[in-house]
Amino acid sequence: MASAPLALKIEGLKKVYDTGTEALKGVSLTIPQGEFFGFLGPNGAGKTSLISIVSGLATKTAGTVEINGLSMDSYPDKVKSFIGLVPQEFNFNIFEKVEDIVVDQAGYYGIPREEARKRAEKVLVQLGLWEKRADKAMDLSGGMKRRLLIARALVHEPKILLLDEPTAGVDVELRRGMWDFLREINAAGTTIVLTTHYLEEVEILCRTVAIMNKGEIIAEGGVKELISKLNYVTLLLDTTEPLIQAKIVLLRGLNIKKIDDTTLELTLKPGETVNDALRTISGTGIQIANIRNSGSRLEEVFVNLIKKDS
Amino acid sequence: MTRSPIFIGYYTMVRKDFIRIMRIWSQTLLPPIVTTALYFAIFGTFIGSQVRAVNGLSYISFIVPGIVMMSVITSAYMNTVSTFYFAKWQRTIDEQLVSPMPMWTIIAGFVTGGVMRGLLVGVLVVITSLFFTHLVLFNIAVVISAAVLTTLLFSFAGLVNGIFAKSFDAISIVPTFVLTPLTYLGGVFYSVNQLPPFFRTLSLANPILYMVNAFRYGFLGVTDVSVAVCFAVMGGLTVLFFLLTLFLFIRGAGLKK
Ligand SMILES: Nc1ncnc2c1ncn2[C@@H]1O[C@H](COP(=O)(O)OP(=O)(O)OP(=O)(O)O)[C@@H](O)[C@H]1O
Ligand SMILES: [Mg+2]
Repeated sequence: MASAPLALKIEGLKKVYDTGTEALKGVSLTIPQGEFFGFLGPNGAGKTSLISIVSGLATKTAGTVEINGLSMDSYPDKVKSFIGLVPQEFNFNIFEKVEDIVVDQAGYYGIPREEARKRAEKVLVQLGLWEKRADKAMDLSGGMKRRLLIARALVHEPKILLLDEPTAGVDVELRRGMWDFLREINAAGTTIVLTTHYLEEVEILCRTVAIMNKGEIIAEGGVKELISKLNYVTLLLDTTEPLIQAKIVLLRGLNIKKIDDTTLELTLKPGETVNDALRTISGTGIQIANIRNSGSRLEEVFVNLIKKDS
Repeated sequence: MTRSPIFIGYYTMVRKDFIRIMRIWSQTLLPPIVTTALYFAIFGTFIGSQVRAVNGLSYISFIVPGIVMMSVITSAYMNTVSTFYFAKWQRTIDEQLVSPMPMWTIIAGFVTGGVMRGLLVGVLVVITSLFFTHLVLFNIAVVISAAVLTTLLFSFAGLVNGIFAKSFDAISIVPTFVLTPLTYLGGVFYSVNQLPPFFRTLSLANPILYMVNAFRYGFLGVTDVSVAVCFAVMGGLTVLFFLLTLFLFIRGAGLKK
């Protein structure tokens, strides 16, 4: 495998906007070919800034970017053909027809019109938009517009697909459909970099993940490793009777929080067991009726990392 | 024949703009026809019949080339300033920016749109003028090259305006406060030789004067200034605005964040 170049190699990437905002503070990152890579981070972490630089929509302040083994500085135009971008914001002309948007995009990539038409049909069918091909983009629903962005990004068959929150505003069923689709094209060899605020999405789809906060990568690695390494478990405990403050005080040794009159939130650090915690709680006379898992496991990792970082 | 990817990208932009210009013909092609028809009717026929001949020509024949040029200039300018500003504002320009199209091809795509609309309007307005007067063609090569140079120049100028524009209002400031006055004072309706010496000299600083006169020479064979000077001014300004556009694009043109 030594000969295959990395899909993406970023070193010391910095971005300072004209406004003075330091969006990226020296990010380094490598993504091998064929990877399904997740990008997590709270609003304003710098995810879109990074993706914009890689796709040629923003200039970098410092650092190097290599795409498919080619330096962005030496081959600014050539590297763009390796990349397909699904931007966070809709940026097509809403007055144009769905099919024209995709066919014209292929044209900008230098694909002759006859061939572009065939490819547009293929991707529009794949994304369930073929029936809508003659509609103006503004007449599509929000979820369809997202899929149009994906179709447009795939029409030149990029090696690397950058998706900036592709599932925002997409209903549950469609989102699952989109997951299957992304898995398929990843299996067919396309490297995928996915930004999302849905942590279960990363947990389900991605092999590796980077967590970003305030312009820096604060954790990176295999999704499974990251979860087990930083395995904070958060459980919700329903009590049989309304909680009395005096009893809660006795639980000081535990990382516990009263959510409402009959619910406690218990967070376990790596190494702590449910058994020990429950024993302590029973000791105070609080009766637990039910234990619930709160949210995705990655979500806990994420929330804890961000909390620690700030 | 295999076409180069760069050419295909350029062709895609031009084709799209051509279809747009044709689709919204009532905004792009019809207004100059209506306006110039009014000019021909009022200044040419109604008032013109009472104005004595200029340079030995009937008044309406004298003003036709200038009026054609006026609509050519506005159309070319408005096309690039509006398509470019719209692309920037709606971020549709990202479709080109993420693609491997080199910057100069993107510029060429926008500029060709302006040239296309300018020339199209020019032809339509000339046809309109035929309803009001006979037109002679003194030198077709001069007519065509003057029209092409002028549309090129104002397409670049429109692009520069589009780069600096921060709002929709800003794209009509230059046409209203600069282009229109300069055109009216550029010898469309009179020969600058009829002016007192001071105003004649002042008029020579107006670049549009040279375009109007080159065009008029092409049609009628008369001009207030030497045709060579006209082409030197047009050529010089076109190169200047081309370089300015290139410089602004290389600096990012407010396109890249
Ligand atoms: N064009 C811009 N000009 C100035 N500052 C910007 C610009 N774009 C982004 N920023 C700033 O850069 C920082 C990072 O923004 P970015 O959009 O990269 O975050 P993000 O991780 O994508 O957030 P979100 O999850 O909300 O999309 C923010 O502080 C933002 O305000
Ligand atoms: Mg973002």
